[in-house]
Amino acid sequence: MSEQGIERMHDAGTYYRRDRGWHPPPLTPQYKTSLLRSPRFALLSLENTISETTGPVFGHDLIGELDNDLIRNYAKAGEAIGPRINVYGRVLDENGRGVADTLVEIWQANAGGRYRHKREGYTAPLDPNFGGCGRTITDAEGRYWFRTIKPGAYPWPNRVNDWRPAHIHFSVFGHAFAQRLVSQMYFEGDPMIWQCPIATGVPDRAALEQLIAALDRNNSTHMDSLAYKFDIVLRGRRSTPFENKTEGA
Amino acid sequence: MAQRLDLLKETPSQTAGPYIHIGATPNHAGISGVYPEDLGGAMVGRSAKGERITIVGHVIDGGNEPLKDALVEIWQADAAGLYNSPQERRGKADPHFTGFGRQPTDGATGEFRFETIKPGRVPFVDGRLMAPHITFWIIARGINVGLHTRMYFSDEAAANAKCPVLARLEQQSRVKTLIAQRSEKGGKATYAFNIRLQGEGETVFFDI
Repeated sequence: MSEQGIERMHDAGTYYRRDRGWHPPPLTPQYKTSLLRSPRFALLSLENTISETTGPVFGHDLIGELDNDLIRNYAKAGEAIGPRINVYGRVLDENGRGVADTLVEIWQANAGGRYRHKREGYTAPLDPNFGGCGRTITDAEGRYWFRTIKPGAYPWPNRVNDWRPAHIHFSVFGHAFAQRLVSQMYFEGDPMIWQCPIATGVPDRAALEQLIAALDRNNSTHMDSLAYKFDIVLRGRRSTPFENKTEGA
Repeated sequence: MAQRLDLLKETPSQTAGPYIHIGATPNHAGISGVYPEDLGGAMVGRSAKGERITIVGHVIDGGNEPLKDALVEIWQADAAGLYNSPQERRGKADPHFTGFGRQPTDGATGEFRFETIKPGRVPFVDGRLMAPHITFWIIARGINVGLHTRMYFSDEAAANAKCPVLARLEQQSRVKTLIAQRSEKGGKATYAFNIRLQGEGETVFFDI
């Protein structure tokens, strides 16, 4: 069988069932907003159809030169203020294969913990040179890279004196709508992760540790920025050739 | 000891939080000059085939309030029932139709609105045709894992009645939560589709 044939066989597969016990449950009472926004009925389980094994793919031409550089992509004069970091890693699937050419979007607060949003209620000041969004498309091995500033922690209206640990929001498409995922990246060594009602909604300690980026001194930029490595795993594809299904018309 | 499967675990989901619009639709959120336009805003090219339709709705919580901080994404086939995706092996989809849409719910009213086309039918896993549908994915503050659902069409009653997915529902009275109501004005069709996260008329969500 040609290599291309193997690849085609892989590509035709459906996806491993999502392990709902590894994700936070819909209702996490310590995170108050989840009370009224969590469905009460069981989800309707369905094998993947072509509506889920397909998904939008965006071309590399979508990405502007500064889209993955949050220190500069909004700056009017100068650069964003804060601890400068590289955030890099790979998008993989559960089989450990790199997910090539997929869109990765991020958004975050500034170094003081303030979002550029009109409904934001925290007193920390805006940084005139920081917008807070970035995007990139993974390369042929699934690698991605951002330059940004480390976001600050901030208080939020939940229980009295709840604070979010520093985090970066991630959105990843994968190759199929079944792989669509949003999550958050935390930073190694932050004690506030374990006090956060959103982060600790992830029931398993090892699962939550999967959201904590590792400080990587080897990939810091000399006299410029520290580096954090954050790999993202999307659902894996079945690869047995003996699927008991009829091909579509 | 048996051999190991050596599988990785999927990255756990986290809520998109209240500021998803910064990342997903920054121009809408007032952050201009970073991206020329928001992703998924324009689905239909001038030469695209198919009936132009508008989808309007709200995402409603268990207290009957519309979410003003949600993001709604849709994914659908073209008018001939083909997906504009590299994984589509049945033919080449209409190059003038992306199939992917992304819209915020409005910060004042909570309304979302898509300008798209009515999709053709696509097959279920056993080859039977499913009724025409659009996949919806909803994320927001308070939603810990993005919610998948589908929108079906009120003017496709015969196809809906035979759809193998809709037939799967144990509580058939809930099928109506997936069916958008068609109305026409000046020859242009609008479908009203509300998504209820909880409570009376809770939308059917899928584990796909």
